[in-house]
Amino acid sequence: MKGYLKREDDFSTRRKHLNNLTDEELKNRFWELAEKLVDPMLDLAKTHTTPSIERSVLLRMGFSSIEAKPLVDGAIDRGLMGKGVGHLVYKISEEKKISIRQAGEEMIEGNHWDTLMEIFKGGKK
Amino acid sequence: MKKLIPTEKMDIREILNDLENYRPKRRGWTWRKKVKNLKMGAFEFTNCSEPLKNSIGIPASRYFDNLDPQPEEVITTEIASGRFEDDIRRMRMAAWHGADHLMVIRTAGQSHFDGLIEGTPQGIGGVPITRKQVRAQRKACDLIEEEVGRPINYHSYVSGVAGPDVAVMFAEEGVNGAHQDPQYNVLYRNINMVRSFIDAAESKKIMGWAEMAQIDGAHNANATARDAWKVMPELMVQHGLNSIFSYKSGIKKENICLSTVPPTAAPAPSMKFDLPYAVALRDLFTEYKMRAQMNTKYITSSSREATVTHVMNMMISRLTSADIQSTITPDEGRNVPWHVYNIEACDTAKQTLVGLDGLLEMVEIRKDGYMAKMVRELKERAVLYLEEMIETGGYFEAVEKGFFVDSGNYPEKNGDGIGRKKDGGVGAGRVFTRDEDYMAPVTGHFGNNNIDQYGAKNPADLIGGCTFEDPDKIVYIDELDDVDNVNVRMAENEEYRSTSKIKPEVEWLADGTVQIELFLPTSQRVAEFAAIEFAKKMNLANPEVIHSEVMHISEGTRVQVKGKVEFDLDLDTLVIPPEPEVMSDDEIRGLVEKYDMKIVAGTVGEDEHSVGLREVIDIKHGGVEKFGMEVEYLGTSVPCEKLIDAAVELNADVVLASTIISHDDVHYKNMKKLHELAIEKGIRDKIIICAGGTQVTPEIARKNGMDEGFSKNDRGVNVASFLVKRKKEMMENK
Repeated sequence: MKGYLKREDDFSTRRKHLNNLTDEELKNRFWELAEKLVDPMLDLAKTHTTPSIERSVLLRMGFSSIEAKPLVDGAIDRGLMGKGVGHLVYKISEEKKISIRQAGEEMIEGNHWDTLMEIFKGGKK
Repeated sequence: MKKLIPTEKMDIREILNDLENYRPKRRGWTWRKKVKNLKMGAFEFTNCSEPLKNSIGIPASRYFDNLDPQPEEVITTEIASGRFEDDIRRMRMAAWHGADHLMVIRTAGQSHFDGLIEGTPQGIGGVPITRKQVRAQRKACDLIEEEVGRPINYHSYVSGVAGPDVAVMFAEEGVNGAHQDPQYNVLYRNINMVRSFIDAAESKKIMGWAEMAQIDGAHNANATARDAWKVMPELMVQHGLNSIFSYKSGIKKENICLSTVPPTAAPAPSMKFDLPYAVALRDLFTEYKMRAQMNTKYITSSSREATVTHVMNMMISRLTSADIQSTITPDEGRNVPWHVYNIEACDTAKQTLVGLDGLLEMVEIRKDGYMAKMVRELKERAVLYLEEMIETGGYFEAVEKGFFVDSGNYPEKNGDGIGRKKDGGVGAGRVFTRDEDYMAPVTGHFGNNNIDQYGAKNPADLIGGCTFEDPDKIVYIDELDDVDNVNVRMAENEEYRSTSKIKPEVEWLADGTVQIELFLPTSQRVAEFAAIEFAKKMNLANPEVIHSEVMHISEGTRVQVKGKVEFDLDLDTLVIPPEPEVMSDDEIRGLVEKYDMKIVAGTVGEDEHSVGLREVIDIKHGGVEKFGMEVEYLGTSVPCEKLIDAAVELNADVVLASTIISHDDVHYKNMKKLHELAIEKGIRDKIIICAGGTQVTPEIARKNGMDEGFSKNDRGVNVASFLVKRKKEMMENK
């Protein structure tokens, strides 16, 4: 098939090191191992973002789902995702002394991206 | 907003009106309020919660003064027909039957939709979850919960490639619970696993802010695996990974619910697997909540069988614990959202959980022998599973190697698991590293967020609060599609909403769908084809067999068929006889005093039923004795002759015959016989003869010579009212 491992049930030999654990110790072991497995994924989540996360930030900033999409696409196209798309809108609003909504609306129309490229020195592709 | 009036239908247009400005009443999940030693009616309950203001009890509640105790567990029902406007009515019905967790299934394919869907398009197998749809249903729930007197938890799904978008919208709109489990995305929706977990952390953080209850997706492994009872170690692993990931992403443990499912079903010796599994799970997950899902892996189209599985599963809930009790209906096996079965399943849950009230005060689960061995073994297998995942290099590597949904009883492996590539799947390559100066000026955001560079304490302070602090910032979109929307759909079937016309319905208002049940004395395959022809001759359009069961391979088959009636009915053309008059107690007593009424009563024929007649007679049930009528009760299986002879002998004024068995219309035949015997004995014009029973139709009883017939809803007072009225007429016409 897909070349995945096939194995007879070797529970009775495999379990030997668990034999002396109390139920409480076994429970603690279950949670220690589970935590060890999810920790690297939580670290990934802390240090990365996605289009969906950035859209959710823009929704919370008062943009509609229809407005959020082109803003995120604009950031991806210019390699600015690593700054946070909400951050970009915030920056323009501060720089141009305009409201968050106005900043976003103007960015959707294609404005201010050069300013952002300058401020963030091009970001990363 | 106008309160609901129980005797009036909900006005869906009123719900849809001014949605733009509607704000939900509250956020967060609500558990039922348990009442210690709740006293209701003649009983004291151990495992029940505060009663409802308005509700409908199970059918037998009419024997108990409409007693309707509510179990302590939250009860779920899943409602989603593809048209949310129709589901609103169903939510109200379900709430009256005791559901306080209304789960809306998403339309097929929504998990691959990259963003929010807007407007109100029609769905397939579920509803497209949109802001307008959610707001309308939450608004309806806000009204319904006031009507029944208990908060309703509204629930849907935060999964797919737009998880965080959906989570934000749910938090803003007061959704109270959601499924969220990145493993579900990875294994069953083939969404890129790295992205799934990164998105999940954000979604969970948002859900945590909104105090939503989260349900995981582990039960799907049970439904997918080849031999579901072998997947128990993996189920525990999946529950464990999502639980701890959720907690560390920001959801409180008490809001993290395991979607736990009894892995097998009869004809397997299911308790031998399901009960130790339930115990092992609860041993490990002491800090988390249990959402007791029922087994769907082995569900068929038999409603009887699904109900028994449901009851067996709830036995486990009572023997161990459950915080949320699911109800799944045979619709899962028929793919028809037949709402009456939702209601039945809510009643099944209520009936079973209340019937098993206080079980653990009488029995306990053994802690030795088979049980102890199985519980320990399951936990060890789960720990070994986690150990090997770590040896393999972690979660992603384990998934790549096909660890999950393997049909072996781990550590046994059959090499048939679901494998996914770390760099494959939907949405792959759309993950971006956050730079040092990454920033997001909003509340409920997970992970690195450099707000120090702007000297802010809270991220949202930078923009004067986000939509979580200031809901007026939410942008509401009404409709995007001129054709596929609720206004167009409602205009199409408006006559069934605002005129006196009605049609039967199953999925959508006035869809005309009905179910018929046939027994055909032939083999299964032949019967199924024959049943379709019968349905066609009954003028049912698009008939389809939805269930069939062999009674004997040649003698016969039971078939259930659905089809559509293509006509409607104008209620204004109906002639409905007026409800029988009921006199006041004093009025009846006065007339009994005047006419002195003696009754001879018994269950006629070969019929041992006695409860109904005893209730009509006995003083303690409010029967006719209470009004001073004298009753000679002859018992059950009384021959008609004996009843009439007794009437002659005692010079009775009334003969009351109970007749429950109705095969071959024997109940009407007995009525006729009583009538004719009375004529023979020359007493018919001096005596009142009435018959009653669950299958008695008054009109037909009268045609068979009775003065009156009484049916299942008639009580002593109805019978007494009729008797004195009739007696008065007879005396005055003398």
